[in-house]
Amino acid sequence: MFYYVKKFIDFITTLILVSVVTFLTFQLLPGNPALTILGPEAEDAQIAALEQELQLDRPLYQRYIKWVKGVFSGNLGKSYKYGQSVTSIILERVKTTAVLAGLSLIFSLGLGLFLGLFFAISRKNPYLKPLFYIDQIFISIPSFCTALLLILFFTVLLRLLPSIGVSGFSSFILPALSLSLGSSAILARYIKTSVDDEYKKDYVRTARSKGLTETQIIYRHILRNAIIPSITTLGLIATDIFGGSIIVENVFSLPGIGKLIVTSISSRDFPLLQGLTLYLAAITLFCNFAVDILYSVVDPRTRN
Amino acid sequence: MKKIIKLLSVLALAFTFVSCTSKKDRNVLRMNMLTEPDSFFPWESAATDTSAVNYNIYEGLMGFDSTGAVFPLLAESYTISEDKLSYTFKIRQGVTFHDGQALTADDVVWTYQNLVGLNGYTKRNDKLHIVESVSSPDSDTVVIQLKKPAAGFILLAIQPILKQGFEYSKLNANGTGPYRLGGYELHQKITLVKNDNYWNPERAAKIPTVEIHIVSDEAAAISALQSGQLDLIQKITAGNAKSLADKFKVIGRPQNMAQVFAMNTSVPELSDLNVRLAISCAVNKQEVIDGALDGAGDIIYSNFSPLMSEYYNDKLNDVTPFNLQKAKEYMSKSAYPNGFELKITVPASYPMHVNAAQIIASQLAALNIKCSIEPIEWATWLDQVYSKANYESTVIAFSGKLDPSEILIRYFSTYKKNFTRFNNADYDRAFTAAETEVDQAKRVELYKECQRILAEQAPAVYLSDLHNNVVMDKKLMGYKQFPISFYNVAEMYFD
Repeated sequence: MFYYVKKFIDFITTLILVSVVTFLTFQLLPGNPALTILGPEAEDAQIAALEQELQLDRPLYQRYIKWVKGVFSGNLGKSYKYGQSVTSIILERVKTTAVLAGLSLIFSLGLGLFLGLFFAISRKNPYLKPLFYIDQIFISIPSFCTALLLILFFTVLLRLLPSIGVSGFSSFILPALSLSLGSSAILARYIKTSVDDEYKKDYVRTARSKGLTETQIIYRHILRNAIIPSITTLGLIATDIFGGSIIVENVFSLPGIGKLIVTSISSRDFPLLQGLTLYLAAITLFCNFAVDILYSVVDPRTRN
Repeated sequence: MKKIIKLLSVLALAFTFVSCTSKKDRNVLRMNMLTEPDSFFPWESAATDTSAVNYNIYEGLMGFDSTGAVFPLLAESYTISEDKLSYTFKIRQGVTFHDGQALTADDVVWTYQNLVGLNGYTKRNDKLHIVESVSSPDSDTVVIQLKKPAAGFILLAIQPILKQGFEYSKLNANGTGPYRLGGYELHQKITLVKNDNYWNPERAAKIPTVEIHIVSDEAAAISALQSGQLDLIQKITAGNAKSLADKFKVIGRPQNMAQVFAMNTSVPELSDLNVRLAISCAVNKQEVIDGALDGAGDIIYSNFSPLMSEYYNDKLNDVTPFNLQKAKEYMSKSAYPNGFELKITVPASYPMHVNAAQIIASQLAALNIKCSIEPIEWATWLDQVYSKANYESTVIAFSGKLDPSEILIRYFSTYKKNFTRFNNADYDRAFTAAETEVDQAKRVELYKECQRILAEQAPAVYLSDLHNNVVMDKKLMGYKQFPISFYNVAEMYFD
């Protein structure tokens, strides 16, 4: 019980620290939000009106305190650039990022498991050894490169899948694939290494002497143990994607969190940026928490 | 094995079915824009990309064509009084807004009162300060009274007319134009729907629906065009546009957008005229165009594009021609004959400006001017360079305007955004005179004089009018490049 209380206190402290650091950084950044949002062609009258609306004449620490008060009542403020409540903007964009993240995780897990198992089972076969280097290639190719190659093949050549915007579930397939190729390769490596480690353990020798075939040993015993270390990696991958894959979102013009973060910084949208940093901190902590829970479920050794 | 063959044949069949059904829907025009629209309420919109869309939804007393000339639109006709101070507009009858309400003279009066800041309303527009009063003597006439004669006023009358009493907001639009706002999926796409009750059958829209997708990545836009997801893509770099020319129609035209190497004349080295003339003669503009724009630019000699043909001064190409010998002579006459160090601050998000800066830096080395290039973030550029003139030199381009004074005011000594800090009494005199000159021929001469002073005093090196390279489906007709930001979708149609 005490463990979870401590974790919760850590969570709150982290959030506070994150918001203070963001606020301090804003003090250092040059740039007038009203002028940046409206651009150089704006009328002076428009800039003055926006400055008044955003209360930019008040010092930043006053706006920060007002914001903190708002957070306690569940109100994250209004975005300077979009005029909508920060909460509604983030919730809307999260939908896209969440679907992308979910699909990506499924692909990563599926492909990672498949490759990892394949490497594990064929570890003795010298002819298949070169295939181990496939995952090296997958890890090395950056996601935007994969994205463009996939677009070239599936969209331009085959005209099977869309490549811009969100027009249904099919819009997420190529972006998710672009993201998952790299992470599935990482997962595959972890699984292969874990399987290699497990093979050296005593219970494998016992199982063999009991008369089980190699395949049976893998599926019945080794797999469960080998997956455990990759849960951490999955957690990291999830945190990364939920934080917004800016490059992939940009290439596929998906309205996700990544693009929103970059836009809020470049347009000096202080309330939106504060809201986003809170979101990112919350996601990181939530994923860590989920990993902890998953461990305690899968590995009985961690339950005490 | 049999199973695999079965599976493959099913897949093959499915694939052919899918590609057969990807027939083009010619009732929809799909195009892209690079930035998100800021507001569909014109008084709160400052982005030129958004006004390009808004001019399809809204109309003004006057309209504009691709040569930059204005013609009566919501005004049926207009007359100017003898003393040039009073404009009487006859308001067109039978025009309705998208919400069904009729256009009345009161709407015009209300719109202008808000733009100018009369009758207690907050001012929305800085350029209409020349307006003294607006009134409606009868139900189909509006009279606008000016404080002084201003030939440029009629060009400003393209401002959208709004309906009094309608709740306008960012996403709530209501105009009289050939298209109405069908919807805006946040950060994704704008949908324009043909206005079936549009008052002018000659200017009515031909394609029923227009989808403007927000796609900023050029590679993504190109693959979207190639795969048929988009019919038209714009602001493509020239090299890429050329490679698409066999399967698509490429139109690359100057867009009244002058790219300049601006110098802060309050910096000691740059306050010396000989230094600025030396720099002007040392820059090989064609090399900059070829290197930074892939050749897609037309050389200019002052901050004015040949596209504005009526006012363009075409006799300035000898003032500061590319001539290294002359440049060195100017340098030796200056107070810095041995050269100096110069910082070029560029907005990092615009590769064409960053590349131009690099080329210019290598060209100025011949004069012993050691340039260092500082790429900075856009918001920082706006704040430091544009607002506070806290820089030495920069490369930038400004979008086109219809009124020559709107373009040339950047060099007027007391203009707030005069970031070159150019201060020349002759220029101010000519500029002010042109604004109030009523004789068109004399007005043209005065603006030409302004251009000549800009060329001779060289507060900037005027590089080129950048082309807007647009690539589209071969069957899409009617696209025109306008001297201001405008997507003329109402004129476009599929052959």
